[in-house]
Amino acid sequence: MREITYRQALNEALAEELERDPNVFLMGEEVAEYQGAYKVSAGLLQRFGPRRIIDTPISENGFAGLGIGAAMVGLRPIIEFMTFSFSLVAFDQVVNNAPNMFMMSGGQFNIPITFRGPNGPAHQLGATHSHATENFYASVPGLKVCTPATPRDAKGLLKTAVRDDNPVLVLEAELLYSSKGMVEPPDEELLIPLGKAEVKREGSDVTVVCYAQTVPIALKVAAQLEEEDISAEIVDLRSIKPLDEKAIFDSITKTHRVVIVEQDHPFCGVGAEICYRIQKDIFDELDAPILRVSQEDVPMPYNEHLEHAVLPNAEKLFAAIRQVCYA
Amino acid sequence: MQRVEQRDEVEMLSLMLLIRRFEERASQQYQAQKIGGFCHLYIGQEAVATGAVAAVRPDDYIITAYRDHGHALARGTTANACMAELFGKETGCSRGLGGSMHFFDKRHHMYGGHAIVGAHVPLAVGLAFAIKYRGEDRVTLCFFGDGAINQGSFHEALNLAALYRLPIIFICENNLFAMGTSVKRSTSLKQIVDRAEGYDIPGEIVDGMNFREVRDKVAEVADSIRKESHPAFLEVRTYRYRGHSMSDPASYRTKDELEKYRLDDPIIRLRAQLTREGKLTNEQFDQLDKRAKETVLAAVKFAEESPELPVEKLYDYVYFNGAKS
Repeated sequence: MREITYRQALNEALAEELERDPNVFLMGEEVAEYQGAYKVSAGLLQRFGPRRIIDTPISENGFAGLGIGAAMVGLRPIIEFMTFSFSLVAFDQVVNNAPNMFMMSGGQFNIPITFRGPNGPAHQLGATHSHATENFYASVPGLKVCTPATPRDAKGLLKTAVRDDNPVLVLEAELLYSSKGMVEPPDEELLIPLGKAEVKREGSDVTVVCYAQTVPIALKVAAQLEEEDISAEIVDLRSIKPLDEKAIFDSITKTHRVVIVEQDHPFCGVGAEICYRIQKDIFDELDAPILRVSQEDVPMPYNEHLEHAVLPNAEKLFAAIRQVCYA
Repeated sequence: MQRVEQRDEVEMLSLMLLIRRFEERASQQYQAQKIGGFCHLYIGQEAVATGAVAAVRPDDYIITAYRDHGHALARGTTANACMAELFGKETGCSRGLGGSMHFFDKRHHMYGGHAIVGAHVPLAVGLAFAIKYRGEDRVTLCFFGDGAINQGSFHEALNLAALYRLPIIFICENNLFAMGTSVKRSTSLKQIVDRAEGYDIPGEIVDGMNFREVRDKVAEVADSIRKESHPAFLEVRTYRYRGHSMSDPASYRTKDELEKYRLDDPIIRLRAQLTREGKLTNEQFDQLDKRAKETVLAAVKFAEESPELPVEKLYDYVYFNGAKS
């Protein structure tokens, strides 16, 4: 194992998959000559050439659709959205073409495509650039959605996504691009299955279900709660869809209390679905009502202290955990 | 370079007759409530799909919008598979899961059947991208109506195709109406073909009621593309005799206008050309028509007797190689 950044981990995943399969290509705005808006694709043009690392005009609908068409005849496109906020311009392609093709062609055309890029609020980008899209996309049958929080997960999930025979969205976390973590050496194949959560920290008093940008918040809060003698178990979903119900249930069966901390909005958010499943299947395991920490139900304000108030954060998570623990 | 096989014109005429009779029967079955959803008929436009398909190789890629019955039949999808699809049966070309607007046939390189106006034009560019990526000499034919040319996806797709010099023919079937809105009320240009100029794509106007003209023009353009990859645009002027869909009485146009086009019928025209040249007798034509009618009647019987996909298989068509999430 060695320590690399989340950005480097994604870059390695792209390079390894491009190297492995000639049908894989990377397309998006600024991915080639500019070396990636967030430098995730740095060096790939030099290594793989302009046939496979392809700059596009600002036409998300157009190039997302191009990728889907290419996937219909067996190529395996990786389509980068500069941010998933811009994927909304291509919503029709991502939601109405990619996941529907397999059903409406009677199983003749599956779409092996990866859509990737940063997702979720970053820092003071205002309402249009701060979307957390996981709950929009996870509600669409035929799509798979993963949300890596660490460099290791970023690499392993992206590589798995590229090899999947269905449309997969890899929702990266812009705020985590420079974060570091331990990852297997490059000569060791790292594939992390979709639909497998990971317990990032073991605990016995309360389960915190989190993903993407809320994972580091949860880990930080868990460390501080030790001083209050509250032992929190941190379950990182890693994939939103398929959802690892078993990992969630196993942890709650141990702790009997749960807080879900998500980066999307509360109405029809990811946590709403998880709450439903918990009460349906393991209602008797609960010793306290489930609480959710999410964004406030407002468009994102630019002002820094208001933005802080909108986002899920450590203070809100502390309060929710104390509440479910009756502490 | 693999040659395009010359298709026999009498055979092509019989294909146009098959499409005509298929659509008439579909209309009848729709009214009898054997067919659900929306149903858009191709009557009047037969020479466009038939002419274009006759000009290319079977391994070239074809993709179209929701008025797709004619394209599938022209490509070689059987009347049985098409009618069964309309009936929602498992033996349909999309197993009864797509319906009238979503005909697919992988074996015949027919990539749909797409029902969001303009949304398949980027897909078509992706098919063409794959051709160039693999260094093949195939061509993609992308059909769409005059309504699609005002969608953003259309413009993005044309720009991408021109930028990457992709092997694709954009075939605009201009039947003068986007549902009930005439081209004059929807489009700022005097003629649709000028859209292509905006993207530096060569464009031409073609008489879509003339099978030979469509075939020859598509063949010429496809030949040029195979020599050196580039996009092209054809505005094919045609007319649909029926409303936009089965539920549209088409009261936005006059009887006179319809009659004018019916006199220029693509089937009558090709028949006259062949008869004049001594290649077809009246008896032979009647035989072809009789055969088309019989094929379609047999297709209705086949569709009626075919099974539906059982509910237990519902989740088999959500993820490839996958279980439910």
